[in-house]
Amino acid sequence: MVNYIVRRLMIMPLLIFGVTLLIFAMLQFLSPVERAALFVRDIPKTDKAIDAFIIKYGLDDPLPVQYWHWLVGRKDPSSGEITGGILRGDFGYSKTANLEVIDMIKRRFPATLELALWAVAPIVLGGVWLGVLSAVNHNNAIDQVTRVFSILGYSFPTFVFGLLVLMIFYVGTGWFPPGRLSNEMNVVVLGDAFHRYTTMNTVDSLLNLRLDVFIDAARHLILPVLTLSYLNWALLLRVTRSSMLESLRQDYVTTARAKGLAEHDVIGRHARPNALIPVATIAGLLILLLLNGVVITETVFNYPGMGKAAADAAVQLDVITVLGLVLFNGIILVLSNLIVDITYAFLDPRIRLD
Amino acid sequence: MTVTTDQPKGRVIPDYDLQGITERKIGVLERTVGPDNARVIRGMFKNSVSVAGMVIIAFLALVALLAPVLAPPINPNKAYDIPRDGFSSEPRPPMSSWERRQPDVPFWYPALTGRTEWVHLMGTASGQWDVYYGIIWGTRTAFKVGIIIIGLTVIIGVTMGSVSAYYGGWIDEILMRITEVFMAFPFLLAALTLAAILVPRLGKGIYAAVVALTVFGWMSYARLLRGDVLSVKQRDYILAARVIGATDRRILIRHILPNSIFPTLVYASMDMGAIVITFAALSFLGVGTEVGYADWGQILSFARAWIPSLLTYWYIVVYPGVALVLFSLSWNLVGDALRDVLDPSMRGRGGA
Repeated sequence: MVNYIVRRLMIMPLLIFGVTLLIFAMLQFLSPVERAALFVRDIPKTDKAIDAFIIKYGLDDPLPVQYWHWLVGRKDPSSGEITGGILRGDFGYSKTANLEVIDMIKRRFPATLELALWAVAPIVLGGVWLGVLSAVNHNNAIDQVTRVFSILGYSFPTFVFGLLVLMIFYVGTGWFPPGRLSNEMNVVVLGDAFHRYTTMNTVDSLLNLRLDVFIDAARHLILPVLTLSYLNWALLLRVTRSSMLESLRQDYVTTARAKGLAEHDVIGRHARPNALIPVATIAGLLILLLLNGVVITETVFNYPGMGKAAADAAVQLDVITVLGLVLFNGIILVLSNLIVDITYAFLDPRIRLD
Repeated sequence: MTVTTDQPKGRVIPDYDLQGITERKIGVLERTVGPDNARVIRGMFKNSVSVAGMVIIAFLALVALLAPVLAPPINPNKAYDIPRDGFSSEPRPPMSSWERRQPDVPFWYPALTGRTEWVHLMGTASGQWDVYYGIIWGTRTAFKVGIIIIGLTVIIGVTMGSVSAYYGGWIDEILMRITEVFMAFPFLLAALTLAAILVPRLGKGIYAAVVALTVFGWMSYARLLRGDVLSVKQRDYILAARVIGATDRRILIRHILPNSIFPTLVYASMDMGAIVITFAALSFLGVGTEVGYADWGQILSFARAWIPSLLTYWYIVVYPGVALVLFSLSWNLVGDALRDVLDPSMRGRGGA
C-alpha cells in the first residue's frame, strides 16, 4: 500500500514532465511568430521587426533551450525583465479572450466548476437509481426499457441533444434561455452591492440573499445540467447494474432472504450498500470527466466557461490559449487520478495494490 | 499407438479409442477463430438487440455505398462538396424548388416522387447547401473517417501493446509511461487543439481531425492488447516455438498476435460510433472540415447561428441529428450486446 503510493508519487512528476514535453512538441508546429504570443501581447507586423523580435525572445534557439525558457521564463538580457514561463504561471497571452491565459482560466474556471458541481448530483442519483432498478428487474420489461433509455442517452451526440432541448425548452416555451445570466441580473451581479465570494452565481446569490439572481442563474443552468445528466446516466447505470447483479448473487443476500427479510430490506440494506463501492469511484471521477467534458455543452448553450473558451480559441486557431487550457486540465487530471486511486484503495479493503 | 495409413501427408492423427466420447462438430467459424471467439460471434447473432443494431449498420453502409446513385454529384471529382443553390443566408424548407445548377436526376427519382426536377428533399442550410445531399454523402464520410481512424489507432495500439507485453522489463515500463502521458490529456480538448494546429498545415478537410483523433485515440487498445499478450505469452506453445529457435518477431507475429488480437479488434470496431461522434463534434465546433463539406457535424454547425428560430428551421437539426444518432445507436446496440456476451460471469447462461 505504502509502496504503491510512493511509486505513484514518484511516477507523477514524470507524467507531468511527459505532458509538458508533448505540449511543447505540439507548439513546435507553430511558426516562431505565432509562438511569440507566449511572451508578449503585441506582435510586430513588419518583417524586420519580426526578425529582431525572434532574436530577442530566442524563438529560434535550440529546442532544449526553448523548452527551458517555456518552463521557467526568459530573462531579457538588457532590461533584466523575465517574461513567459509556465512554472511562473505565465501561459502566454490569449488573443481570443484579450487576456493573459492564466487570468482567463481564473475567470472562467468558477463557471465551469459551477456547472460540473450542479450536474454531479442528478447524474449520480439518477444513474444509481436506474441501475438498481434495472438490476432488481433483471431481464424483464423494466430492465429492457431502462437499458434502451440509457443506450439512447449515450448514443446522442451532446450537440444534437443540446440543440433539441434548446429547440423545445427555449425556442418553444421560452422557459430556459441559453447563456449564464440574463442581462438585468448581470447588472445586479456586477454591481457594487453584490459581493462576489466564489464567482459562482448560484452560491454568491444565496450568500447575498438575492433569490431573484439565484432563480435566474438556476434557469440558465437547467438545460446544460439536463443534457450532461442524460448523456452520463448510462455510464453510472452500467456500473451500478453489473455491480448490483453481482451483489444479488452473493450468499449474504440469500441468507437475508432465507431469514425472511422483506425484499425491500434485502435490497436496501444488504445488496445495494455493497454494490455502491465501485460506483463511488466513478462518481469521484465524474467531476473530472465533467470538467473536461463540457466543451461541447458549453458551446451549444453559450455558457461562458473554460470549455467554450477552448472551443472559441481553437476555431480561431489561437493555439497558445488552447494549449494553456490543455496543460491546466491535464495536470488536474493527473493529480486527481492519483487521489481517486488512493482513496479507492482505502475505501475497499479487498483491493491490494503493489 | 498405431497410425492410420490413409491420412493425408503431414497430418498424423493418433488412433485413440473414441468409444463413449460424443462427437462434437467443429464448424468452419470455430476452426478459423477458435471456440471462445466463435461463441462470441454466435452470441451476437442470437441477440435481438445486436441484430437490430447490425441491421441499421447494414442499411447505413448501403446508403454510403449507393451515395452516387442516391445523390449524384455535380462534379464526381469533388463529390464531397455539397452542391449549393444560391448564396442566401436564410435556410429553405424541405421540398422547395431547386433553382440553379441541378445535379442529374437519377432513375429512381421520377418514379418515387413523380417529379422530373430535383427539389431540396430535406431543405437547405444557410448558404443554400442541400441538406439531403450532405446527409447521403455524410454517411460515406462517417464510414470513411471511422474506418481510417480505427485502422490507424489499432495499428499504433497493437504495436505498442504487443511490443510492451512481449519484451517486458524496461521496454514495457517506458512504453506504458508514454501511454499514460497520452492518457493524461483531456481527450476532446487535446484533439481539438491538435486539429487546430494541423489545419493550417494539412489544409481544411477531414485529415487534420483524423490525425488528431488518431494521436489521442490509441491508448486503450494498447492496454487491452498488452493484457491479452501477457496471458498468451505464458502458454506452452510459445515456449515450444522458442525452443525450436523461432525469432522474436516470428513468435510475436505468427503465434502470439493471432491468439490475442481478437478482443482488441472487436472493441475497436465497436468504437466506430464514438469516433464518428467525436469527429462530428470537431466539425460542429468548426475545426476540421471546411464549410459545405458533406459531413453531419458540419451541417449541424449551421444551426448554431439560428438558435432563436430553431423551430422554424428544424430541418437543419433534425435530419443530420437523426443520421448521427442512428449511426452511433446502431454501434452501441451491438456493443452493449457484445459486452454481455464477453462478460465471463454471464458465460453458460444462454449466451446473451
